[in-house]
Amino acid sequence: MASAPSKLYADDVSLVVVLLDTNPFFWSSSSLSFLQFLSHVLSFLNSILTLNQLNQVVVIATGYNSCDYIFDSSLDLKRSLENGRMPVMCSSLLQKLEEFSFKDEQLSKEEPEGRIKCSLLSGSLSMALCYIQRVFRSGALHPHPRVPIDSCYMGAQNSAFLQQASYITGGVHHKPQNLDGLFQYLMTIFAADLHSRSFLHLPKPVGVDFRASCFCHKNTIDMGYICSVCLSIFCKHHKKCSTCGSVFGQAQSEAASASDKKRKTPET
Amino acid sequence: MASRHVTKRAKYKTTIKDPGTPGTLRLTLEKILFVPHNPKSAGKLDVEFRFIKGQKHTKEGSNKPPWLNLTNNQNGSFIFEFENYSDLQYCRDFVGKVLAKSGEVSEKPTVTYPDEQLSAAEMELRIKLLQEDSELQKLHKQFVLSDVLTEAEFWATRKKLLDTEANKKTKQRLGFKSAMISDIRPSTDGRTNKVTFNLTPEIILQIFAEKPAVHRAFLSYVPNKMSEKVFWTKYFRAEYLHSTKNSIAAAAEAAEDEELAVFLKLDDILASEARWKIRRVDPTLDMEADEGDDYTHLPDHGIFRDGSKDMTESQNELYRRTLSQDINRHAAVVLEGRAVDVDLDDTRAVAEALAWSKQESSTKRESDGDTNQERLARVSRMTEIEDLQGPNNLPSAPLCIKDPRDYFDSQQANALRTSGDALGRTEQIKCSLSTQEVYGSLRQSISVIKAMGLKDPIVKPEVAHQVFDALTNSISTTKYHIGKNPHESVLDRLPKKTKDELLHHWTSILELLKHFWASYPITTSYLYTKVNRLKDAISNIYPQLEEIKGSVPSELRHQVSLLVHPMLQALDAAIQHYEADMQKRSTGSVDKPNGYV
Repeated sequence: MASAPSKLYADDVSLVVVLLDTNPFFWSSSSLSFLQFLSHVLSFLNSILTLNQLNQVVVIATGYNSCDYIFDSSLDLKRSLENGRMPVMCSSLLQKLEEFSFKDEQLSKEEPEGRIKCSLLSGSLSMALCYIQRVFRSGALHPHPRVPIDSCYMGAQNSAFLQQASYITGGVHHKPQNLDGLFQYLMTIFAADLHSRSFLHLPKPVGVDFRASCFCHKNTIDMGYICSVCLSIFCKHHKKCSTCGSVFGQAQSEAASASDKKRKTPET
Repeated sequence: MASRHVTKRAKYKTTIKDPGTPGTLRLTLEKILFVPHNPKSAGKLDVEFRFIKGQKHTKEGSNKPPWLNLTNNQNGSFIFEFENYSDLQYCRDFVGKVLAKSGEVSEKPTVTYPDEQLSAAEMELRIKLLQEDSELQKLHKQFVLSDVLTEAEFWATRKKLLDTEANKKTKQRLGFKSAMISDIRPSTDGRTNKVTFNLTPEIILQIFAEKPAVHRAFLSYVPNKMSEKVFWTKYFRAEYLHSTKNSIAAAAEAAEDEELAVFLKLDDILASEARWKIRRVDPTLDMEADEGDDYTHLPDHGIFRDGSKDMTESQNELYRRTLSQDINRHAAVVLEGRAVDVDLDDTRAVAEALAWSKQESSTKRESDGDTNQERLARVSRMTEIEDLQGPNNLPSAPLCIKDPRDYFDSQQANALRTSGDALGRTEQIKCSLSTQEVYGSLRQSISVIKAMGLKDPIVKPEVAHQVFDALTNSISTTKYHIGKNPHESVLDRLPKKTKDELLHHWTSILELLKHFWASYPITTSYLYTKVNRLKDAISNIYPQLEEIKGSVPSELRHQVSLLVHPMLQALDAAIQHYEADMQKRSTGSVDKPNGYV
């Protein structure tokens, strides 16, 4: 799973921040191997850099316990990593990725078992947005960058969250059918810069799943319970809101039964 | 109610304190007729329903007797006391129906419900909101006037709208006009010698505020010494004399008529106020004001002139008034703001209220002991205009709830599932390997790539070709359906009428479903009837949607049915839930938790 927010400097220059999902539990059971995935993605990143010499690519790894920057094309690349088989950027990225994976595993040892095996997407998304804000502060060309979030989803089902995020921010969401040709998907759909998107036709999904997800199990639901203070959504009735801590009052039906009980006692 | 008229015994009261004239009240569809039992008493009443604006009544549970209060257009009220509450209820329903019938023409929601006591102001607010927002009005017409939803239910979810409107009204206090309306120009009739002055309550208020001597005179003379009309006639006589700038004539008339003299003299209250104010100015701090500003004392405002010309006029000095004085006084009054807030029609009440507020401010002044302290306080005081300040609330981010119509065309058709299906589960990653193993395999992939480099070719040409074809295909089909412009939506291609109908149906379905789902679990019989009403309304929508599908040309029919699909699914889910619930109740097989009815 990779998302790429990008911004316009001028014309067709883009800053692409890629959030790479490196959740090892997912990749060990995926139909596409991590090896193949990496080669597609690395080629894609390289191609972006060749499209325009002002383009910039930043990669953030989304792990199981932590997130970190593993590549920034605007920094000087170490010459010592050059080995002729691949561009220097790839080798530096892979080096950083390996180090990141070690650190992530170390953090796993402190975690209790039995946690849902999901990636820390919200964390890496926040990091990406902060990075973009910082770049804009120093660049001072656009006061508020427009950050479309593109999402490329690889998995069996559908992610309502990514669909909604892409729809709302004006990005493009796609779920590749043929994972062997992932590179082609990435190049056709996600490499287009924002300026060109105004006249390019990118594939639109059939529809967006606007359903909300419950906060307790992360399931998408049609009907649920909502805290009137903070608007958190739950699929089952809870006594207390887990987000804001407000205590929920008695349900209407419960109050009726309580008063029934009161009436009974004087008669008996 | 099939009856065309209602006859009940009642007592008619003109005010609440009035004991009431016993008699017979007869209500027909056009008028209200009250005939007292005693033919000699004066309480006969014959009013047409056209003039009745609204009704209020006392509540059954309270200790008050059963009263019905009908208000008419001129804010008068007719109070009827009934023998018991059921009579009251009967008449009330009748009046409500009549008003509602006339109200349908003018869109007035005048039918009151058992738990709703609306003031006229609230009803006006609702009418105003309905008039401003045509979408809201359509929904209101569709549901409330056809009895699917009650008035209370409709507005229960729109409290925020009602609150903001009410706040808007009372936010700012209106001040005085900056135009000097107290300086009234009379209209003259060319033929006769008559001069006509026009006086409105607003002008009266301004006159009292600007001319304290006139105010004092009013309080003391009216109604003891003279009537209001005579008072104003004298006042305008004085004004006329001033406008002719004939101070000799003014002096002559003042000598004759003592009351007129009051109006012609310089306002001594103002003069003393000005002197007092000047005394309070600290010459060490305020460089601008000094003794030379006390213009009321010095002749000719301290400007040296050749006094010989003015000798004859000095006796009549008292009767002269200058425009600059008037303007300054008016400006001071406008800036002070409106001190009274009473009904302007009653002049006496206005005068008294103004006097009371002045007294308040003067006692406040006298109580200040230390003038120095006062000066410092005055200097450091910040002038706040309260009604222009923002609300003092805690910082909060406003809630941004988007209009569901904006998202209508992007919905996924199979997104809404029926309640019987399992909820969408997140993809649970089934992994039998341990943490160590998975991390290990990840790192192994990385090292393999490092060693071998990137694949060559990165992607096989046939695969790339396939992917490219598939993508182009899907893009061209959407282009065919939606249009060349990538930002256009399918809705824009439909004829406007269809598009509006679809969006309206979408909003009304959302409204219905909101009330429908909120009524579950059904715990009272009220909710039960409500759910049945809503279910009937829901069933009526199906044929309407079919009709829309049929009304579009055939090439757009597929698009429209795709758009209509999520609406149908939502309705189906509701109906299914309703039927499942009905079944549970009838079989009684499910144990009833939480006091189910």
